[in-house]
Amino acid sequence: MNGGARSAAPAVVRSSVDSVFRRRAGQLSATLTRILGIEHLDLVEDVVHDAFVQALRTWPYSGVPDNPSAWILSVARNRALDILRRQGRWRERSADVERAILPGADGGEPRSYFSHEVEDDQLRLMFACCHPALSRDAQVALTLKTVGGFSVVEIGRAFLTGRATVAQRVVRAKRTLREVGATLDVPSGDRLAPRREAVLEVLYLMFNEGYAACEGEDLVRADLCREAIRLAELVAAHELLGAPVVHALAALFLFQAARQPARVDADGELVPLEKQDRGRWDRSALRRALGHLRLAGRGTEVTPYHLQAEIASCHSLADSFEETDWRRILDCYDALAARDPSPVVALNRAVALAEVEGPEVALRALAHVADHPTLRAYEARWAIEGDLLCRLDRGREAAAAFAKGVELSRSQPVRRHLARRLRDARSHASPPVTADARGR
Amino acid sequence: MPRFMLLLHEDPSAFADLSPQDVQRAVGEYTAWREGLAENGRVVGGDKLTDEGGRWLTGEAGSVRVVDGPFAEAKEVVGGYFMVRAADYDEAVEISRSCPHLRYGGRIELRQVEDLGG
Repeated sequence: MNGGARSAAPAVVRSSVDSVFRRRAGQLSATLTRILGIEHLDLVEDVVHDAFVQALRTWPYSGVPDNPSAWILSVARNRALDILRRQGRWRERSADVERAILPGADGGEPRSYFSHEVEDDQLRLMFACCHPALSRDAQVALTLKTVGGFSVVEIGRAFLTGRATVAQRVVRAKRTLREVGATLDVPSGDRLAPRREAVLEVLYLMFNEGYAACEGEDLVRADLCREAIRLAELVAAHELLGAPVVHALAALFLFQAARQPARVDADGELVPLEKQDRGRWDRSALRRALGHLRLAGRGTEVTPYHLQAEIASCHSLADSFEETDWRRILDCYDALAARDPSPVVALNRAVALAEVEGPEVALRALAHVADHPTLRAYEARWAIEGDLLCRLDRGREAAAAFAKGVELSRSQPVRRHLARRLRDARSHASPPVTADARGR
Repeated sequence: MPRFMLLLHEDPSAFADLSPQDVQRAVGEYTAWREGLAENGRVVGGDKLTDEGGRWLTGEAGSVRVVDGPFAEAKEVVGGYFMVRAADYDEAVEISRSCPHLRYGGRIELRQVEDLGG
């Protein structure tokens, strides 16, 4: 009979900001996938999920164990051994399980987490999740579910998709991988680069979604950014899988993430780039970003990620908005546009163009792409147009543009910010010179 | 002070969508809930019941029938119980209302323990 729960629950469990359990789930999935086989991904997911549910159902009565992770690993390990036994593979694989999931002596950190094994397991699983037979959406969902330890509900919330849609995507993705006989062997030789490209695109999508301005306590989005950064750095650091382009992506992420602490004020309102208190930017993230940028420069390739990282560095390394090297940023956008004449690149280029050659020139450039269907549905396109019009004292037209932006905004802080600009434009009291449209 | 039993009925399907992050949060909430009760001297105890259906016994025409209770196929299962002290049902309801079980697993059946003296 348990008279009372242990009152000193480990700090890690008390903190809901640090997603320890989510990371553990991802690590566990990766390791179990290696042991049980990627064709048994369903089973792996069940084992991991059940171990966490078991903790939830047991600890209220027993109290939280001193080493929560070890407890969960133990449950998962035993279940995995059971499964292997039933599959008749116990003899051959149980030693692997014992070795891979071994709670540390004296309840310390599980042994395998000190080694490179679990990182390799995660890299293998991530590269497998980005198999070309899967659509990009499926790759993202599967990576987040298995490597990231996110639930289908969390993934759905982050990408504004229904839970059922995500769940179905994951189910089909696992089935497809089985059908094509996917393995955990990372493609080698010529086949590595394209697979790595897919991995980088998935990470890019993850980070972008996480970086989108969000309301209050939605920690899933912050977690998405952290996870994208972590995985990018994991790939970048790997002897075989890393490449300068991966460092470019990591740099891009970190330059942007560094500005996060200043993007939203205490009331949850968006703070435009030129008003951000740069003293609140994360110096350590900036240092890491610079380190990656240097390593990105080691190759001969200049990829779009390189250019984007360069742009991000211009923003994040400027001591003040006024000291931003817009000329350099514009040059980077020119280079990006040359490779990728997408309307979004042209849109972002217009912002830089406005700083270098004035809003009139920028507006003319924007007009070339303004009616592209992709942009018409993108709130930033309207915010940027509104801003340029404001700077040219065309308040009425600016208001119309901001109104469209408000209508299209998915995020509450962005919506409120654009609503404020709308009010200002209507009252012709718009701020003189700003480039805050995107709320970067 | 009277004792009350909280029977925690679990809906197995409620766990399907829980994420590791949810579990981390829930465990933190459970700990806070129990600590709160302990501080006020409200906790009498609690036990988890084993994860299987148990046995159902019925008396039938002079004999006793014993069958395995449902588990895997059950829509609802009693996962465990807590025993707390409260002045009355109102207070017991207040205590139960803040139990994380309601957010993460199912429903609570609250019954007062009869004080039979002796």
